[in-house]
Amino acid sequence: MSDAREVILGRIRAAVGGAPDRVAYDQIGREYQRKGSLDREACLHLLKDRLLDYDSEILEVGSEAEIGGAVEEALRRAGEHSVLVAEAFPKNWLPSAAEVVVDAALATEQLDGLGTVLTTCEAAVAATGTIILVHEGAQGRRAVTLLPDHHICVLARQQVVETVPEALAAISSSRRMAMTTISGPSATSDIEMTRIRGVHGPRRLSVVLYGE
Amino acid sequence: MSVRVGKTDRAAAFPVAAKTALKNDQLRANVRRATDTIRGKRALRVEEMPDWQQLRDTASAIKAHTLRHLDEYLVEFEKNCELAGGKVHWARDADEANAIAIGLIRQYSEGNSHVEVIKVKTMTSDEVQMNVALEAAGITPIETDLADMIVQMGHDEPSHIVVPALHRNRFEVRDLFRETMHRPELTAEPEDLTGAARAYLRERFLKVKIGVSGANFAIAETGGVCVVESEGNGRMCLTMPDVLISLIGVEKVIPRFEDLEVFLQLLPRSATGERMNPYNSLWCGVHAGDGPKAFHVILLDNGRTKLLHDEMERETLECIRCGACLNACPVYRETGGHAYGSIYSGPIGAILSPQLQSLEHSRSLPYASTLCGACYEVCPVKINIPEILIHLRGRVVREDQATLGGKLAVENLAMQGAAAAFQSQRRYEAAQRLAQAGQMLFRKGDQLENLPGMAGGWTKYRDLKAIPKQSFRDWWKSRSKGASA
Ligand code: SF4
Repeated sequence: MSDAREVILGRIRAAVGGAPDRVAYDQIGREYQRKGSLDREACLHLLKDRLLDYDSEILEVGSEAEIGGAVEEALRRAGEHSVLVAEAFPKNWLPSAAEVVVDAALATEQLDGLGTVLTTCEAAVAATGTIILVHEGAQGRRAVTLLPDHHICVLARQQVVETVPEALAAISSSRRMAMTTISGPSATSDIEMTRIRGVHGPRRLSVVLYGE
Repeated sequence: MSVRVGKTDRAAAFPVAAKTALKNDQLRANVRRATDTIRGKRALRVEEMPDWQQLRDTASAIKAHTLRHLDEYLVEFEKNCELAGGKVHWARDADEANAIAIGLIRQYSEGNSHVEVIKVKTMTSDEVQMNVALEAAGITPIETDLADMIVQMGHDEPSHIVVPALHRNRFEVRDLFRETMHRPELTAEPEDLTGAARAYLRERFLKVKIGVSGANFAIAETGGVCVVESEGNGRMCLTMPDVLISLIGVEKVIPRFEDLEVFLQLLPRSATGERMNPYNSLWCGVHAGDGPKAFHVILLDNGRTKLLHDEMERETLECIRCGACLNACPVYRETGGHAYGSIYSGPIGAILSPQLQSLEHSRSLPYASTLCGACYEVCPVKINIPEILIHLRGRVVREDQATLGGKLAVENLAMQGAAAAFQSQRRYEAAQRLAQAGQMLFRKGDQLENLPGMAGGWTKYRDLKAIPKQSFRDWWKSRSKGASA
């Protein structure tokens, strides 16, 4: 209905066409905090605090070589024996004592039956305890991180920023990608404002933190 | 051309509906408990932010700028959305939006006699009454947000823009689920009820081929769309179906991706008192091998462009629907959302619904406020709701007085009489004595009830104290007489 398009745009132009512009885009004041103020240590501490506050689980390791072991530990705690990963997931990060299912465009029904998914991510925000996925490579497609009940996410310490603006700046080259931000497991407060974990998304979120 | 906002054309006026709501103790207790909880959490999370006021200032400036250039940003959004593989449609009003949605659903479900669509919570779809239109066309809409599902199952109306079922307690929800899901064993524990919803909906998420959503933000620079949620039902509806249709009000567009850094900080803290809501989904058009294969956007006007003419009214369109003003409003907290007769309730509803419909329906809504300013204080985009309320009251009065009926209305005549009486001390005291004598008929204790004529309108909806036997002026006179004696 191209007609509706012209009518609506015409209405807008008639209404604001000649109106003075109170603020041009480049003149919009941005006095809020756009850079973090904490040092590395404090920033990581803040992230961990926020993750725990929202019922996520944290497994800390040093080198990349220890990632597989941490994943195994997360699986053990959840009582699971297999993980789903994207084809691009680094082989040397895989747990040795668990079955690995590779997502070669698996059908929905197959995904639904799986308990745990293992992915990487793009960035994390300490101030809000948020993990950002842009769903390419080892981060898996959207359905993969949604249907299983348990999500294990591998996060490098260098990927952690303090504030939301820093995170958006860090991922801005991906701004046309599909993107999901995750702050703790799925939750609802719709019944008498009681927070309940795990409605439709994963009920359990484990973060494996590694690196410098 | 029909601008429709939910069922406002059939709803009772606010004062009448509020009177009924005030008698429902259960409802008031539910609303009070829920709003108290969110207010407390919001205050805590806002307190944490040293730059909260600066964020509000920027948000307000971005929105004001965008609305002034709305045509340019919508065209930019359209171009980028289509470059990414989406298709943009434009709808002047509710009927047009519904017709486009139904046309698309039919096109993609050809040959199927029984078509279902899964829906993510969207107020805009309630505004155009999309579910009613879909059902009339033989399509079954399934609400997947827990609160919206409770509202849909109970053939109810939303009573809050963020937590639509906050007027229901766990026992009411249990009874509803037991009956609709045929699960007589369900307890009233929120965990049990949430689990039931999960099991009930999972099957539908995997099977239904068409999803319908709204949007919190549409980004002009990228053609991207953003949906903010908690439960994962949003992610399900936006990811699992083959076809996605998003109904988006024209005012939801923001210029650039980086502007999200402002709104994603303000919205969750204001809405649910969280640092960040559990999930945000962002996408541009379609993505090979991931999510829906077809993506359609319906850009909706439905009265919005009328608000652009007046700079003060335009501010109403800056709203990001966080619901903070509802939770803060002493009137909303007493009556709950249904009394507003619109799916948009509370302070934002009191200014939005009458403007979308040119004051045609909901004329009483600009009066549904104490003008205490609590809504303005909490609004993350700094909409001056009290000022807009007063402006709208002015419009109601001017429109009324422009008609002969309005000029001769008892209220107008009485106000002119009152103005004359207040101008002279003699006339004022005479009127007072007359009132003292006259009120005997209507006195109940120290309250006046069922006053006749225009005054009846006042006492019908307000508690009015009787005029004391001795006026202050009389007491002052007798006191000074005593002193001089
Ligand atoms: S008017 Fe302000 S406080 Fe009310 S819902 Fe809109 S953004 Fe939130």
